[in-house]
Amino acid sequence: MSALLRGVLLYGEGDPVDVLVEDGVIARIGADLPAEGVEVIEAQGKVLLPGFVDLHTHLREPGREDTETIATGSAAAALGGYTAVFAMANTDPVADTQLVVEHVWRRGQEAGLVDVHPVGAVTVGLKGEKLAELGTMARSAAGVRVFSDDGHCVHDPLLMRRALEYSKALDAVIAQHAEEPRLTVGAQANEGEVASRLGLAGWPAVAEESIVARDCLLAKHTGGRLHVCHVSTTGTVDVLRWAKARGTGVSAEVTPHHLLLTDELLASYDPVNKVNPPLRTSVDVQALRAALAEGIVDCVATDHAPHAPQDKDCEWSSARPGMLGLQTALSVVAQTMVITELLDWRGVARVMSERPAQIAGLPDQGRPLAEGEPANLALVDPDARWTVRGADFASISDNTPFEGMELPARVVLTMLRGRITAHEGKVCG
Amino acid sequence: MKHLLSAADLDLDTATAVLDTAAELKATLLGREVRKLPTLRGRTVITMFYENSTRTRVSFEIAGKWMSADVINVSASGSSVNKGESLRDTALTLSAAGADCVIVRHPASGAAHRLAGWLGHTGTGVVNAGDGMHEHPTQALLDAATLRERLGDLRGRRIGIVGDILHSRVARSNVHLLATLGAEVVLIAPPTLVPAGVEAWKVPVSYNLDAELPGLDAVMLLRVQAERMHGGFFPSAREYSIAYGLNENRMKLLPEHAIVLHPGPMLRGMEISSAVADSERPAIVDQVSNGVHVRMAVLYHLLIGTEGNAL
Repeated sequence: MSALLRGVLLYGEGDPVDVLVEDGVIARIGADLPAEGVEVIEAQGKVLLPGFVDLHTHLREPGREDTETIATGSAAAALGGYTAVFAMANTDPVADTQLVVEHVWRRGQEAGLVDVHPVGAVTVGLKGEKLAELGTMARSAAGVRVFSDDGHCVHDPLLMRRALEYSKALDAVIAQHAEEPRLTVGAQANEGEVASRLGLAGWPAVAEESIVARDCLLAKHTGGRLHVCHVSTTGTVDVLRWAKARGTGVSAEVTPHHLLLTDELLASYDPVNKVNPPLRTSVDVQALRAALAEGIVDCVATDHAPHAPQDKDCEWSSARPGMLGLQTALSVVAQTMVITELLDWRGVARVMSERPAQIAGLPDQGRPLAEGEPANLALVDPDARWTVRGADFASISDNTPFEGMELPARVVLTMLRGRITAHEGKVCG
Repeated sequence: MKHLLSAADLDLDTATAVLDTAAELKATLLGREVRKLPTLRGRTVITMFYENSTRTRVSFEIAGKWMSADVINVSASGSSVNKGESLRDTALTLSAAGADCVIVRHPASGAAHRLAGWLGHTGTGVVNAGDGMHEHPTQALLDAATLRERLGDLRGRRIGIVGDILHSRVARSNVHLLATLGAEVVLIAPPTLVPAGVEAWKVPVSYNLDAELPGLDAVMLLRVQAERMHGGFFPSAREYSIAYGLNENRMKLLPEHAIVLHPGPMLRGMEISSAVADSERPAIVDQVSNGVHVRMAVLYHLLIGTEGNAL
């Protein structure tokens, strides 16, 4: 299949060009390319970016197919401009064996809309007691290169040391959910003014920062590779800056919701705003935006976490933490980083595609927009404005803290190895 | 007033109106042989208690009955809650069954707010009878009623709230309401029982009870829950009692006119010595009796409104 994208702006820069895609690669880039025998997509003024890579999603299959499946999550990913996503291991059963990770990988291939890379659990059953068979998962058909107990912190320092050390032989990265469990017993909200007023048990910033600091020291000591999931506090940014300056093998992600939303929203007690780590203060939001622009935080990852209505439409402390993210990520990044001029579109390509692909070691994702490169692409309308309606999402779950918000920019076309997976809000299966 | 969810929602006029109604009801009923008014005849009030409670539930029940409302008590045990029904479904069921007002006590902060949202379209009023660590507005109202009886106008009066501020819904409601009524509040507790972010409450915090007592017009003791005592918030009950327990020696530091409040149940020997608890100074029995009148007033303002003159 061949397609010609007419009049696009590569990375939002320079003069409009035509991009010819043939046999899964970018065949030609130039002005006024011939259109005979190819599908022409009029894309004047649209911004062409490498397809997005999400290091952090929860696709809920196997186990909670009532909230999301690999097929519906893949559709949401394609509509959001993603060409590769990493599915976290906290499924039921847990992705801690070759059997489960290969199942997830195969289901992703069957859906065929986005490369679904399973994340393997660091410890058996996410229990934090015993290393899972990381090598077997790495050598499986799924080729696992990212391991995480996300949802739980690998809090035992010896176990974390072993994981960082052992994974060196696998060229893998350990993605840590940084939350000191003893400091967050019963925690419901960012510890501070809002939580104190609302009577919600505090989740102190130091519970994240102390683990990040410890793990950076361990990564430096072992020479292993650490990735910090969903950075949420100003103090974590400071620790990361220090660790990177001394040559630690550490990378970090921030979620779209932590770039936009603050704990002031909790006053409604509506659990659509409940997430872990919790929404923080506007001071933290500003620090996270600056850190992403500066590169201290490497990339954006959604922490897409679908939940059933009954797990959200209840009292706060009973509600499950987590939010949908795949179909709103680009727009939230545009709102928080592009409109604010903290990042240009080339910067967006860096934080949503190139860096995450490098961190996860994906050779064919996050590639330059150049002839001969794989055609994993996201086409963005930078001038669009749209109103978020959870019910319109491809995900089975539909609750979202962004409901009713008007956001800028929208993905109009996604291409996976030259094949259109989403176009004008419709999935192309 | 459609709901009473938070003492923070009460402006000076509304709070004063409720307290005045409570005082009026108390005067009306004083010495009557039959303490029953027809005011809420035909109204249905349902209490939903998801936590154990004796005094609050009984107080609301008596308040409703003295005003001739039909009062029905639902507790979490022995109801559909035990079968796993959600709070939302239970509330909608009770509303559909004809509740004009539900009074809810729940361990989750914000539960009453959620209930008011779910019942927004039904016309059923919601009274927060204590939600987690958030608020307990009728407790603050009965404390204010008691303080007004003993001290008169609360403007410029200094009230010390002593104990587990961090976990206390009573403290949060009192901080809001006493500020609205013009009183000064000082929070007195060990640092581990003061919430992070308390600066935003705009009230002074002290770790030293003895230093504060001479300047107080009232001291309000908070219950220290057993689970906190074992949670490492302070080393031992004995040490807590030495620093923050109200005993006879400490009472000598209080001005003559100052009164002692406790929301109950009291931990004698730890928060308050038996000698102090049983002396003339505490207004603890008055608090309980005022609780009924304040809750009558709340139900009146909620179900009849300020326009009604059925009293």
